[in-house]
Parts: sequence; structure tokens; C-alpha cells
Amino acid sequence: MMADPNRQRRDFLGLRAALSDRLLPLLVGAMSFLAALSIAGTQATAGLAAHWQLDAASALTIQVPQPQAQDAANNGTRLAAVLGALGATPGVANPQPLSADAVNKLLSPWLGTDTSQLGLPIPAVITAHWTAPGPVDDLRAKLQTLSPGTLVDTGALWTGRVAALTASLQDCAAAILVIVALIAAAVVAVATHAGLAQRRETIVIVHELGAFDGDIAALIAQRISLLTLSGAVCGTALAVPILAWLARLATPFAASSLPTTLFGLPSELWALLPALPVIATLIGWGTAQLTVRGWLRTLP
Amino acid sequence: MRWLTGPSGAGKTSLLKLIYLAEHPAKGHIELLGMPVAQIPRNQASLLRRRIGVVYQDFRLLGQLNAYDNIALPMRLARRSETQIHADVIEIIKWVGLSHRQEALPFELSGGEQQRIAIARAVVGRPKLLIADEPTGNLDDDQAQRVMLLLTALNKLGTTVIVATHNHTLIQRYPAPVLRIESGRLVHDG
Repeated sequence: MMADPNRQRRDFLGLRAALSDRLLPLLVGAMSFLAALSIAGTQATAGLAAHWQLDAASALTIQVPQPQAQDAANNGTRLAAVLGALGATPGVANPQPLSADAVNKLLSPWLGTDTSQLGLPIPAVITAHWTAPGPVDDLRAKLQTLSPGTLVDTGALWTGRVAALTASLQDCAAAILVIVALIAAAVVAVATHAGLAQRRETIVIVHELGAFDGDIAALIAQRISLLTLSGAVCGTALAVPILAWLARLATPFAASSLPTTLFGLPSELWALLPALPVIATLIGWGTAQLTVRGWLRTLP
Repeated sequence: MRWLTGPSGAGKTSLLKLIYLAEHPAKGHIELLGMPVAQIPRNQASLLRRRIGVVYQDFRLLGQLNAYDNIALPMRLARRSETQIHADVIEIIKWVGLSHRQEALPFELSGGEQQRIAIARAVVGRPKLLIADEPTGNLDDDQAQRVMLLLTALNKLGTTVIVATHNHTLIQRYPAPVLRIESGRLVHDG
């Protein structure tokens, strides 16, 4: 079969044979696959963390010691006074006293199943949600006045811990992305060197015929870009069903917290995935340009 | 036109490599077509190479390109139009007598045919300086005479031609000043 003459003219360095369409796309595809998983992991972590932070930050737990004792103003029990104050405070939503059974259940790991027989002063516990933007200091002072010793806990501690965990996981994901990008660049550099070694004589002849370094580098970078693009598209496409499967496995955690679209994946992820082949192509193009231009500098 | 001659190992090929910018001199100064070689930037050096045609002793054709594309390569590197390339390549390939072999790949050509393609590639861009290292080594008398007629014609059109050869018969048949080097030194000029 005759070779296409136009193709021959465009590929006068013989790069189709020197830079084959097998190994490099396969390796870049694997890198893109890992990058897609890493990006999805980062997004899922960030989304869940944001949701958990919101929940933790808004949770209020109020402990009222000696709940049946008279309040400071002698208007009724401390528990009633605290519940009344909570109901009247803007920013406090849904104050609910835990039943004695619920408190027993909470304490059972430490105090056994029936705390009433121990004769201990068990405080009443009220749960609520804090919807105001500011801190709870005023509320804490107000409840202290009504019922001395009353404790108000928020999820601030957990919010901080979750924020630290999120930041740490996101740093790890970013580090993985950087490592993947560096490995991809190294793979491209090795492939480019292999192609240069295979076509050394041809490139030297073309150089001696008066080709610009930029023209030779552009031809090789074009071929490398095409190979990295094809590999990255395949790798990213292959990651989609795996991500959909993982998203399905994570449904108990994610269903209520992250808005999902096609295949159960968040819309932000769908917006980011197409960027992967573009970034891989840019890495391929840039690495090939640098490698070839550096190599050409060894020629006179 | 100049003949460059001397015994094997005298340094003829090394001198030619310096002239067609395939090597840098370890010391000394080269001025080529009015340009100081050591001081020109890389892109200028590439442009200078385009003004120099080279016939290599071992032809150095690109194995993946057919005869037509090998000859067209210097013009494509210089970004000439395909129309002009086609006209010039057809003309030169006809002149070297290989019109019927323009689709052939180098390995399908005989040594003599490859040499004629290499000569066609060197002259197709109408260079200002033509360097030929044993250009008639693989040719029969008729073809050798044809090549020498082309080189002398190019010389008359203003191209400086330097031909390295061991063939004293050729030198006698086409008289021109002779540069003779021995052990890397010029021992005769004239």
C-alpha cells in the first residue's frame, strides 16, 4: 500500500514511527486516571467537610445541673427557666430537652444502664441549633444568670478539627496532583529523549539543512501533544465509571450533602474533568519543547 | 570554484564540516558569506545554512522520504510555496535523470541514483555556496560529467563551489584552483 504523500511531507522527521501511539498514551492515560481520582477525592472531601462543619458549628448542647431546683429568680425550675430563655432567644432553633432514657443511654458506657440508682446528680441535657452568625457568649451569660452552673457547648471544637482534617486532606490531594504532573512530565521527557535518540541522524541532517530549532521542537512537541491528549482523554474517560461506582458506594455519606448530576457525580467535578486532558497536553507540549530545545543546543 | 584535495586523513572532511557549520572550530575565526560564524545567533546560523548546499560523501538522504520529498526538503524548511517547490523539484530531478524514480525510497535506489538525488537536494535551493565531498564517487563517467557540468554552471551563475576529491583525472578535466591540505595544514593554494 502506498503511503499518503501529504502525511509523508508533514512527518518528514519520521516521528510516527519514532514516537509510537502506544506506550506514551498508555502512561499518560494512567496519570490522568489517577489525577481524576485525586480531584474527585478532593472535591468529595471538601464538600463533606463543609457540610459536617456546618452541622457541627450549629449544634448546641446545654447541660443544666440540678434541673428541678428553683431558678435564680424563684419563678420555677431551672430546666423550665433555661428552656424558656432558649425559646425566647433569637438565633436558637428547636430547643429540645433529652428524655431521661436518652440521657441514660448517653451515659450508659460509663455509668451503666440505670443512673437513677447511683444517686448521682445527673444534669438535664437540652439540644438546639444555633442559627445566628455570632458566638454564643451572650446566651451563655444569660443562662448562667438564670441557672448557675449551666454549660453551653457548641461544635466549635469539632469544627476546628474537621477544618484541620479537610485542609490536610486537600494538601495531600494537591501534593498527589503535583506528583502526578511531575511524573507525567518525566515520562514525556523520557519518551521525547527516546524519540530523539531514534531519529538523531534525521534531525541532525534537517538541522544541517537549515531548520530552525523552533521548527524541529514544534514538530516533535506537536506529535507529543497529540499522544498525551489521546492518552489523557482515554484515562479521564475511563475514570468516570470508576468515580460513578465510588460515588455510589459513598452515597450514605454524600447523598444529603453534595448536589449531584450525571452518574451521581457533582457538577463541579464534571466542570473540572475536561480540564485534565488540556493540562496533560500542555505538560506534554511544554516538556517536549524544553527537552528538544535543550538537546538541539548540543548541536552546533 | 575550488578543488579541495589531499590524502586520506588530511582533514578535508573536517574542513568541510567547519564550512557547512556542522562543527565549531576549537580556535580561530571563520567568516562565511560575509558573516562571522562565531558571533551569529542560532537562528541566523540556520538561515546561513540554507544558503549553503552540501553533497555528503555518504549522501545522507532521509530514509522515510521518497526521492521527490528528499529533494524538496530544503525548500520546505525555507517555507517556499508548494507550487514553486513542485516546479523546481521536477526541473532538477529531470536534470539528474531520475524523473521516473521520484516516488522511490532511498533504499530502493542504487548508489549512483542516491548520489544524484543528494546532488539535486544540495542545488535545488540555488545556494550561494556549494560544498561537495566526492560528488562523483559513485557515478559512471557520463553521470560524473553531467554533475560536473551542473557544478560549473552553478559556479558561473555566482555560486561558490568547493569540491573535495581524490580524482585527479577530474581535476585535470575541469581545471580550477586547487587547495591541497596535508595533516590539517594548507600546503598548496592555486
